[in-house]
This record gives sequence, structure tokens and C-alpha cells, in this order.
Amino acid sequence: MVPTSYYLILSAIIFMIGAIGVLTRRSALIILMCVEMMLNSVNLTLIALSRQWGNLNGQIFVFMIMAVAAAEVAVGLAILISHNRHTDTTNIDEINLLKW
Amino acid sequence: MTLSLLFFVLIGAISLAAAVGVVSSRHPVHSALFLLSHFVTLAVLYVTLEAQFLAAIQVIIYAGGIVILILFVIMLIGSEKIEAQAEHRSWTPYVGMALGIVLLGGLVISLMQGFTGIDANASLVQGGDPVVVGYELFTQYILPFELAAVLLLVALLGALLLARHPAKLKTESK
Repeated sequence: MVPTSYYLILSAIIFMIGAIGVLTRRSALIILMCVEMMLNSVNLTLIALSRQWGNLNGQIFVFMIMAVAAAEVAVGLAILISHNRHTDTTNIDEINLLKW
Repeated sequence: MTLSLLFFVLIGAISLAAAVGVVSSRHPVHSALFLLSHFVTLAVLYVTLEAQFLAAIQVIIYAGGIVILILFVIMLIGSEKIEAQAEHRSWTPYVGMALGIVLLGGLVISLMQGFTGIDANASLVQGGDPVVVGYELFTQYILPFELAAVLLLVALLGALLLARHPAKLKTESK
């Protein structure tokens, strides 16, 4: 059986890659994908710990996270489309409608 | 090295490579396809963690739903090459990578401290097949389950309203 800490370290590395993507990329679509990746690394952590303690609560939690992630990506993409209709860009540096 | 560890290392390496591909691709479509393979390898890892139900859900929702949605949006609003336009802030990649490595260092240090000598107790593992997860979901967690249904409905309505064409909205309100 693979030790739980290996899974946790893998998920930490995936989380780091996602965070780097959010910090460095400028396309709003890619930033959204990186956020999804970070959510998934947390899911991996929860499932690994669920096996570690022999407790199903972690898996139920992952189920809820998936529902929230689906809602988040739907609303996020709708905002992107709506914004794109006005300004014709997905560059995160130029999305500053609420800035004064 | 046992067979299961070898399998974990192989799948984990593919997963990491796909994650790096998502971040480093120039073209958003390539990023989305890398994201798809990343999600599939994570589903395989869920199976090795005895969460078969969640592995199936992962493939259906993430690989089948979310990535397809992202691909549709990329095709709708075009995939312009943004990174070349914004060279006046060339220091951001380095700052981002430094911050990411600091984050990873902190996570690994705290994980290493918390997980020395603890090993998964095989007798405690009850598996995550649909019967067990469904039983838990519909008995102990029925309220969050229903709330998730409401949340999805709200998100559906919100997405519809946001992505609607504004001209259409105006003519209907007259």
C-alpha cells in the first residue's frame, strides 16, 4: 500500500503548479483551469486522508466540492463570455471594469 | 519498490507532466487538453485510493462536463495569444515561481512533520463504492446534498442570465 504522505506530497506539488499558473498566466481562461487544478489537488488530499483514517466523510466532502466547482466554472465562464462581449479580450490585465 | 508504488509513481508523473503542460502551453486549447489528461490520471489515483465512486464521478463531471464547457468557451470567444502583448511586466513569471516554490516548501515541511511514522490502517478501509457512499449521502448528509442541488440550480440560472445577449434582454423587458 502506498503511504498516504506520498499522495499528500503529490497533491501539494499539483497545488503549487496551479498556484504558479494563477500567478503568472494572463489569460483568464487558463487561470480558471489552474483554479480547477488546485481544487482537484485538494480533492486528492481529502480522499487520501479518507483512506488514512478509514472514514467516508472525506469522500462526501469531495462530492460537495465537485458540485461547487461545477457551479463555479459555469458562472466564471458566463462572466468571461459576458465581459468578452463588451471589451473583446480575455487578458486579465485589461479586465479592470470595477477598478477606479 | 513494490508494484503498487511503481504504479503510483508512474501515474503521478503523468499527472504532474499534464499539470505542467496546463500552465506552460501557449495555446488555451492545448491547456484544456492537458487538463483533461490531468483529470483522468487523478481518477486513476482515486481508484488506487479505493474511491471508485468518486473516480467515476471525476471522469463524468470533470472530464466529460467541465473540460468540454471550457473547450466550448475557448471556441466561442477565440483563443488570442495574450502572453506576447504584455511584456511590460516581464518580472511576474519569476515572482510567481518564487512564491509557488515557497508555498511548496511550506506544505512539504508541514506534511513531513505531521506524517512521520503513520501508516494507513488497512483494516479500517471500508472502500468507496457507490453503495457505501450513496448510503452515507442519503442518510447522514441529506441536507448538504439538497443544498448542493439548490446551489447548482442557482448557478444554472446565474450562468444563463450572465451569458444571455443583452439586446434580447432589452426587447423582452419592454
